[in-house]
Amino acid sequence: MEIHEYQAKQLLGDFGVKVPPGGLAYSPEQAVYRASELGGGKWVVKAQVYSGGRGKAGGIKVCEDSHEIWDVSESLLGRRLVTAQTGSAGKPVYRLYVEPAYNILSEKYFSLVLDRSRECIVAVGAAEGGMDIEELAEHRPEAIVRTEVEPAVGMQMFQARRLAYQIGFKEQDAVQAANVFLRAYRAFRDLDATMLEINPLAVTVEGDVLALDAKMAFDDNALYRHSMISEFRDKSQEDPSEMEAADRGLSYVGLEGNIGCIVNGAGLAMATMDIIKHRGGEPANFMDIGGGASPSRVAKAFRLVLSDPKVEAILVNIFAGINRCDWVAEGVIEAVKRFKPEIPVVVRLSGTHMEEGLRMIRESGLDIASTDTLDGAVKAVVESISGRD
Amino acid sequence: MAILINQDTPILIQGFTGKIATFHGSEMIDYGSNVVGGVTPGKGGTRHLDRPVFNSVHDAVAETGAEASIIFVPPAFAADSIMEAVDGGIRICVAITDGIPAQDMLRVKRYMRRVKRERRMLLLGPNCAGLISPGKSMLGIMPGHIYRTGDIGIVSRSGTLGYEAAYQLKQTGVGISTSVGIGGDPINGSSFRDHLELFEQDDETRAVLMIGEIGGPQEIEAAKFCRENMTKPVIGYVAGLTAPKGRRMGHAGAIVNTAGESAREKVELLKENNVTIVPSPAQFAETVLAVADSKAL
Repeated sequence: MEIHEYQAKQLLGDFGVKVPPGGLAYSPEQAVYRASELGGGKWVVKAQVYSGGRGKAGGIKVCEDSHEIWDVSESLLGRRLVTAQTGSAGKPVYRLYVEPAYNILSEKYFSLVLDRSRECIVAVGAAEGGMDIEELAEHRPEAIVRTEVEPAVGMQMFQARRLAYQIGFKEQDAVQAANVFLRAYRAFRDLDATMLEINPLAVTVEGDVLALDAKMAFDDNALYRHSMISEFRDKSQEDPSEMEAADRGLSYVGLEGNIGCIVNGAGLAMATMDIIKHRGGEPANFMDIGGGASPSRVAKAFRLVLSDPKVEAILVNIFAGINRCDWVAEGVIEAVKRFKPEIPVVVRLSGTHMEEGLRMIRESGLDIASTDTLDGAVKAVVESISGRD
Repeated sequence: MAILINQDTPILIQGFTGKIATFHGSEMIDYGSNVVGGVTPGKGGTRHLDRPVFNSVHDAVAETGAEASIIFVPPAFAADSIMEAVDGGIRICVAITDGIPAQDMLRVKRYMRRVKRERRMLLLGPNCAGLISPGKSMLGIMPGHIYRTGDIGIVSRSGTLGYEAAYQLKQTGVGISTSVGIGGDPINGSSFRDHLELFEQDDETRAVLMIGEIGGPQEIEAAKFCRENMTKPVIGYVAGLTAPKGRRMGHAGAIVNTAGESAREKVELLKENNVTIVPSPAQFAETVLAVADSKAL
């Protein structure tokens, strides 16, 4: 689960990381008021969306008076911000965060990630902050410094200090930076984060080491023990179909194609997408209805897939292990009767009670193509679409 | 003798009296697995599925001599159960539980390393289907009847895709020595590499089918191991060629974050390291057959 920049800063602030003061605004009036509360003569207005690359996309603007804040806020609020990471649909801007603008001496990069191959949390730093770390990793990998944190004891002061010196912090700044790293690590560990990025971590003219931007993501599996973080969820930033699916115990990811997929098991669902492509078709979605595919779950899956206007045919691919094909068949028949899709439906059933399931579908009198082989089903669904063009 | 388990391996079920454990426990017993008892704290001294229930893994191992365990404990308590298995002296542990926090697994893996390598517990999963040595023993949640006894080893991250492969093989008359599910989580107990090594040493396995997916470093590590250490042919498949970058595909670990984690990159690397690639998931059986026959083993 992701959260907004201002929420990440609030959390980091609670752990003792120095962050700029700021105010949240839902309207231009409020943004202007926040700026007057903060005082000073120069502010940054930042669109709050779940994405990086906001600056390049025009989502972060420096303003010097209240008129400018008003205009910038008005142009940002309600629009969809398209960044390099959001895809063409972008993310809607409903919240702005207003902060004082600082005079910066230097900017560094710092992040913490869960490293799967080393099986530990890794701290990453770079002397050049403010830019895209992936770009830096590609062009100048030697500029990136890493430190592995031993899970049994956590990050140690010497590691934080060494990282600070390695990425160019000097004297008092290095001490401040090391403290930022240690505190950020504690936040990461205590809150079950999967990613934490402070970019840039800036040294200001006043001599402060400040987290000017912050991004955090959390382990969905650990949210049960962090109710406060669950409450941060901003549903406007999430894909409505995916959210609906998640609420119904289905796993769904929307894609660009026109063949709707309903599959049990994540691996089989990915493989089904691959074989559709292999046969010249394009999958409209990834969908895993889980191991125990009850009739009602199949019906929910149908409704979700049919709500995508791009879908021109549906492929149901079930390998029933513990599950039973006749049970799944019942769900399919029920769903087709209820939703009456006007597009081809192809069902592949294999495994436990396969003959019974296939017979039920044949005898239902409904226009559903059925087979027991994966390749046969995919061929049929791809042809059902190309035949209509 | 297949790998990891056989008909005699004494098995313990952790979280024994729960609904899911009861269902799969009965399936395992029906299949012929040597289930000797189970653990549910607070229910020690009672009986369940005609077997004794214990309060702790320690008690259970002392009484029954259990060597393997399978965990059906809810995610919030599963990491604790895995560590209890380590401490209780279990040799092979299967964690079925889906949804264990990743940082809990970091601590579990660290805890496992307290034991010397030669005696260290082998963990499968979490979030896996378990393992089966067809005709001998089942330590998992798979449908036992789709596996035919034979000499192909399977190791898979995905459960259902592993079933699909096993079933295709069965229909063409090809059997399996052992099928292992290593799970779909970001931090796994054991990796492809660990199981390739076991299959390489197993007299009853002549070729290995490895079923990977997007995300994580495991297939890359396995590719290197294949080139340097495998004399037996390895057939590989990587699911998720059409998966977009940065999107999670069902499994917690199935997400392409960094270079090298996409299906295409993994397929290329496996090919370069003498692994024969299954071109489409409808062709598991024919690819395995073609490779096994051409090597005339």
